[in-house]
Amino acid sequence: MAGCASATPLTSTGPTLESSGYSGPPVTIQYWNGFTGGDGPAMRQLVEDFNASQDLIDVRMNVVQWAQYYQRVIAAVHAGQGPDVGAMHVEQLATQAARRTITPIDDVVTELGLSGGDYPEDVWNAGMYQEQRYGIPLDMHSLAMYGNRSVLEQAGITTPAATGAEFEEQMSALVGAGVSSPLWMPNRWPAHLIFLSLLWQFGGEPYAEDGTAATFGSDAGVDALQWMVDHIEQGYSPANVAIDSQYTAFKNGEGAYTWDGIWQANDLTTTAPDLSWTMTPLPTVGTEPAVWANSHQLVLFRSRRPDDNRLLASKQFLQYLVENSASWADAGMIPALTSARETEEFRATPQAALTEAIPSMRFLPPVAAVGEVQVQTLETAIADTILGRADARSALEGAASRATAMMQNNLRKFERGQA
Amino acid sequence: MSDVAINPPAAGVATGASASRTSAVRTSARAAATRSRDNRDGWLFMAPYLVVFTAFVILPTIIGVWISLHDYDYTLAEKPFIGLDNYTGLIDGSSPFAGAFWQGMQGTAIFTVATVPLLLVLPLVVALAMNIKFRGRNFFRAMYFAPYVLGVAVVAVLWRYLLDTNIGLVNHYLGVIGLNDAIPWLTQLPWAWISLIGVTVWWTLGFNTVIYLAALQDISPELYEAAKMDGAGPWQRFRHITIPGLRPVLLFITSVTIIASVNMFGQSYLMTQGGPGQETRTAIYQIAETGLTSFNSGLASAMSMIFSVFLAIISMAVFFLFRERPDRPRKDAR
Repeated sequence: MAGCASATPLTSTGPTLESSGYSGPPVTIQYWNGFTGGDGPAMRQLVEDFNASQDLIDVRMNVVQWAQYYQRVIAAVHAGQGPDVGAMHVEQLATQAARRTITPIDDVVTELGLSGGDYPEDVWNAGMYQEQRYGIPLDMHSLAMYGNRSVLEQAGITTPAATGAEFEEQMSALVGAGVSSPLWMPNRWPAHLIFLSLLWQFGGEPYAEDGTAATFGSDAGVDALQWMVDHIEQGYSPANVAIDSQYTAFKNGEGAYTWDGIWQANDLTTTAPDLSWTMTPLPTVGTEPAVWANSHQLVLFRSRRPDDNRLLASKQFLQYLVENSASWADAGMIPALTSARETEEFRATPQAALTEAIPSMRFLPPVAAVGEVQVQTLETAIADTILGRADARSALEGAASRATAMMQNNLRKFERGQA
Repeated sequence: MSDVAINPPAAGVATGASASRTSAVRTSARAAATRSRDNRDGWLFMAPYLVVFTAFVILPTIIGVWISLHDYDYTLAEKPFIGLDNYTGLIDGSSPFAGAFWQGMQGTAIFTVATVPLLLVLPLVVALAMNIKFRGRNFFRAMYFAPYVLGVAVVAVLWRYLLDTNIGLVNHYLGVIGLNDAIPWLTQLPWAWISLIGVTVWWTLGFNTVIYLAALQDISPELYEAAKMDGAGPWQRFRHITIPGLRPVLLFITSVTIIASVNMFGQSYLMTQGGPGQETRTAIYQIAETGLTSFNSGLASAMSMIFSVFLAIISMAVFFLFRERPDRPRKDAR
């Protein structure tokens, strides 16, 4: 009946770190993250460099695939076996804070001398939940538009589209030049990220900031989804694009454009070395530039047995990761720290092409458990519409009302949980 | 099989009874002692199983029922008792998870009804063929069993690429021979079900085949010879010798195949992600998502309990179907 014993992890971030660094007894801290892909080697290097930089702290890194990471870390913390430091997606911060897995770190941020001025405003603010800070931004990663140079050249295109009108012109030019499917519109991942980007571009919001309702069924949402479907109906995209096909097709040299995460750049370089591609921000299809983005944020986990030495060591490790975040660009990410983006190291990366899009990067609002709701509602509505099984408005409105019911349940649950 | 289970206690009672009849006073005490010693041996042999059974079946079931009566999220301090609300919400449809749950139950039913007959009949056909002596028989036996050794992830990734509508090999070759080359194998109905069922049959057929094959080799050849001499044709021999000979094995294969089918999760999770929409989600898929991803353990437990009731009904039906019918003549054939 271990499940009955409620975990009551304590909130504490320990004493202040001295400017000379950690000086206590040798200590080992656990660092968990989900960097299993092209970003894995870059993080391993950072940890190795940190361990080599001093004698007293030994950081042990445990990498768990993101798909299992959140369940595992919650279970570990609530069983009293949690790690000290971690990285997680910004959209998870609210959920993990509400589930009391991570600890507020306002004072840590002050101690480390970090402030909003060091970061783009949106990504800095995204680390907050209920007026407390839970995450230090490590990076930003968004959708981008990948273009296949040789296919684009078939229609004489040298500059990737920057607006919706240009995009449509290029689509019809490409089809006219004999490119049968210039765009592959996915029905699953990353379909909902394309949808969210367009929804924001058309001036909509997916969820009420206070977590009371899902608002993606608005006119802006319908416009966004209709835009996606139109490309299939106009014959620019094949129908029934299954999971991962749109990306595989692009890698195989089919299709002129694909909209996918910037982190795919590493994979393209290694697995499709002969492909000549461009990476540019998404075109502005709606009324304002906007693009879905996410951010890896550094967090401190709650512990039932807080230990001042481990906390001090954790702070020093956090400081190191922030100060050296320029080399995190090797992972295919955009370092969140503004000064890290001004280095030569970052400017040499493909994702540096997205620097101008940073002010238009949008994050999901800090609503606890909104990601779980989205999987079961919005993502299915998009799939149904893209596959031609439902029309955009009825699919989105149905999913939004179900999402609202689930969010209301969650609100009641988490409010009670805080008591 | 049930003969074996019934005989020993019956024999024990019989000896006890006859012993007390011969010399009532002296032996009754000894007989009682013998019986209790027998029981102790029995308990001793059962003990490891009982410990495991209690720890991993009985206790979790009790805790599961208890959790299903609460609004239970183990990460939150308060887990209020809500009585049967989780159940009523699912049954009357007022819970936002109700639609998805019943859709999952429907998905499980579709998959089970479609796969079980195929997985009972096709492996039998294959086993009968593999039981005939011909050159290269062992090669074919290995070929049919080979897919079974693959993990579900390998099978799913492999077929996802083969069945892809736009870049898959299956559609490509359909096009080469002049057929429709745009079949949406994984993204539209009924194709998604056809793919999941087909892949599952391809994947697990070998297991049932091996069991059938072992059972076929256990049937005495003299029976076939005797039947032949009596003028029985191939179909009569199959009906009156093969099928009765396979009966105990059939019960095993039927139960195991049904259990495997109702527990289907990996194939749809990896191949269709429950799509198109949520149509190929199974009950297990929905329970896992509700309980493990959304942490609504109370609701997920209630779903599991409802699911278990359906499973119990199906299991009873299977055992009823295969119950001993001693008045049937085919028992004598053994």
